[in-house]
Amino acid sequence: MFHRDAGALKTSYGEEQAIFPVALDRWAVVALMAVGALVVPFVAGPYWLGSILLPCLILSLAAIGLNILTGYAGQLSLGSGAFMAVGAYAAVNLVIRLPWLPFPVSFVLAGMVAGAVGLAFGLLSLRIRGFYVAVATLAAQFFIEWICTHIPWLVLNTPSGVVSTPTLFLFGFGFSSVPSRYLVAFVTVVALAFVAKNLIRSSAGRALMAVRDHETAAELTGVDTTRAKLTAFAVSGFYCGVAGALWAFLYLGNVEIEAFSLHRSFQILFMVIIGGLGSILGSFLGAAFIVLLPVAIANAATLFGEALKPDVLANLELMIFGALIVAFLIIEPSGLARLAVKAKDRLRRWPLPY
Amino acid sequence: MPQCFSSRRRKSVAPACLLAFVATLGFAVPAAAQTAAPAATGGAAMEQFVPIAIYRTGPYAPGGSGIYGAYADYLALVNARDGGVNGVKLVYEECETGYQPDRMIECYERQKAKGPTGAAAFTPSGTGGVYALIDRMTADKIPSVTIGYGRTDSSDGRVFPYFFPLISNYWSENTATIRYIAEREGGLEKLKGKKIANVVMDFAAGRETQAILDAQAKRYGFEVTTFPITPPGLDQRAVWLQVRQYRPDWVLFRGWGAATPTGIKEAARAGIARDRIIGWWWSGSEEDVTPAGDAAKGFITAQFHATGPNYPVFEDIKKYVYAKGQGNVEENRIGSVYYVRGVLHGVAVTEAMRTAMKKFGNRPLTGDEVRWGLEHLVMTSERIKQLGLEGLMPEIKVTCADHEGDGAIRFQQWDGAKWVMISDWIKSDQSMVRPLIEASAAQFAKEKGITPRDCAGETN
Repeated sequence: MFHRDAGALKTSYGEEQAIFPVALDRWAVVALMAVGALVVPFVAGPYWLGSILLPCLILSLAAIGLNILTGYAGQLSLGSGAFMAVGAYAAVNLVIRLPWLPFPVSFVLAGMVAGAVGLAFGLLSLRIRGFYVAVATLAAQFFIEWICTHIPWLVLNTPSGVVSTPTLFLFGFGFSSVPSRYLVAFVTVVALAFVAKNLIRSSAGRALMAVRDHETAAELTGVDTTRAKLTAFAVSGFYCGVAGALWAFLYLGNVEIEAFSLHRSFQILFMVIIGGLGSILGSFLGAAFIVLLPVAIANAATLFGEALKPDVLANLELMIFGALIVAFLIIEPSGLARLAVKAKDRLRRWPLPY
Repeated sequence: MPQCFSSRRRKSVAPACLLAFVATLGFAVPAAAQTAAPAATGGAAMEQFVPIAIYRTGPYAPGGSGIYGAYADYLALVNARDGGVNGVKLVYEECETGYQPDRMIECYERQKAKGPTGAAAFTPSGTGGVYALIDRMTADKIPSVTIGYGRTDSSDGRVFPYFFPLISNYWSENTATIRYIAEREGGLEKLKGKKIANVVMDFAAGRETQAILDAQAKRYGFEVTTFPITPPGLDQRAVWLQVRQYRPDWVLFRGWGAATPTGIKEAARAGIARDRIIGWWWSGSEEDVTPAGDAAKGFITAQFHATGPNYPVFEDIKKYVYAKGQGNVEENRIGSVYYVRGVLHGVAVTEAMRTAMKKFGNRPLTGDEVRWGLEHLVMTSERIKQLGLEGLMPEIKVTCADHEGDGAIRFQQWDGAKWVMISDWIKSDQSMVRPLIEASAAQFAKEKGITPRDCAGETN
């Protein structure tokens, strides 16, 4: 009833192939974009905007990157944190060393550097499969961490190895306030999410899924698996790289390797698994889940502040977080994206479910 | 959500309901509680909010729980014994960071505006957090108090008005350590030709002392070689074998967390005398040496405070806080290394408030007023004695330009059961440290387009 896709007749191939073929979906997405860009920055306070929504958005982008590689192309990666680091270090070098470049160009170039590094480690996936690829990306994680801490040139020769990021300027406007930083992240993430969605719907995207589902079968039906896998690594590297640049410039305000450790790689992998493998929407939901849940638990816990000892509280937070993840995966193994699909289904059949 | 509670089709609804329930509980309820709170306590309450970012979980939990739990204990003591700072009650709240910089940012943003005047000061609880919060805290005019960690060059208060790495920093510690070695060798001129191995954890705080060490090696004519340990440093055998081959006269060791006991054990196995190994203060807690057992006997570390349970301030904490069951850590940790550091954080913040109240009156202060208090903070030996801290901390005098306060370093040695103080307060060599700090701060100012403050006008 609320969600109607019946009777939406298409009269051209163009309509049939549109990114959101159902009018209601299309309008819902447009409305969401409008609210996100025009309402949220003015309504949400700086705490919500700068400490909750901003990290959520940026990590969603990294999750999309990993989802392309792991969810769509089936190559398990533990190196997303490292690819974010490549993007962040490349971006800070480009922005500081080449100040005349507009920052969107620097960020795209930084993403491309990360994509190239991703491609290089992707070469390994041509020879090895499954968990062995995961180990190769783990090597990427350690290797890149080492490079970033041992070449002083990369950190502009600062003794501590931590580079503070300058404010981003575009046409004389400085993006230092919280809403402006949020908007930069929002526009970037939305644009790249659309690109990803379209990539997945193209023949390149179908090639990725063919490789994931059965590599030999894909090869036999004429899919260039080498090309598909390398595409996945390069695109994934690009997305993670841009996310890393945004994380450093818009959220942390500095570039330091500890922000891109193995911990980060796992965090992104959890986002993808909990959000839903092979779903762009799932990347957003997963990022929201992982970022919001600890904060929500901590906030809820303050209600019992007097009754519970703080040391119990701190550990309780971890336990509840872990328990909820396990609970969700038992109840819905396909991730949060599957919940969204189910919800849509229920809305379609309401009020006469069968 | 009404469908959540119907029994039919429970299976398909459950996850969505669970999510909705968590979200509601997490965000809606505290928001309601927050808006209700000021009404309950009355508008202009004589209350000062002090946020406490803490890490009670994760690999570094022994440090986090000890330091920031003790910080809370000291604030509780000031409330219970003195009725607050000049009648202003301290209201504090913990926020768990897990030692993750992104969580530290979230904690800061969540807590900075609480209370009638906002946060008095914030303790980022990790150097990563300090770096990430520089822009935010400067914009919000809330001072950052970090004792024993933080951004070293923020000792230059002209460039970093809101950052206070009090008592000492890693560069100052380094010069004091070299002075201590000279003392043991019989004079600075005896350092000539000596070999010093610098074993460091390969992270920012470990690497950044390279420049000051090289400068001292050049001045005093000793030789220094650096041996990096990859974090988390659980396998160090190869490193310590190399150190033995180098045959150093002294070893400087910058371990952190589990890397310290691991390193000490490997040093013992490689046959390096532990009483020639000098750790920095992050290797100098009971938690750092106890796991190494007998191997740690003789190990020396630098320290910017003394330790031990027998100081009047700890008696007071036991009497006013723990006797009422309001303690924040295990009672047997009172007087341990991390605990002392937490108490010093509490002392710095409350004394800065007291200093600021002389100028602004006895009322809750804004962050900027506490910043003024910190910049005029003088801890004389009389005051230190009054507070029951005699011998526990060095005298400090913070100024607008010097946010470190010209503290001093003591050296302690592990006797197998406790830390024994083996030196008096040793001053750092600011003639070497300060130029490096100013150069580094100037570089930061240039990158960020900051005009350093003129401290000549800040004398009142």
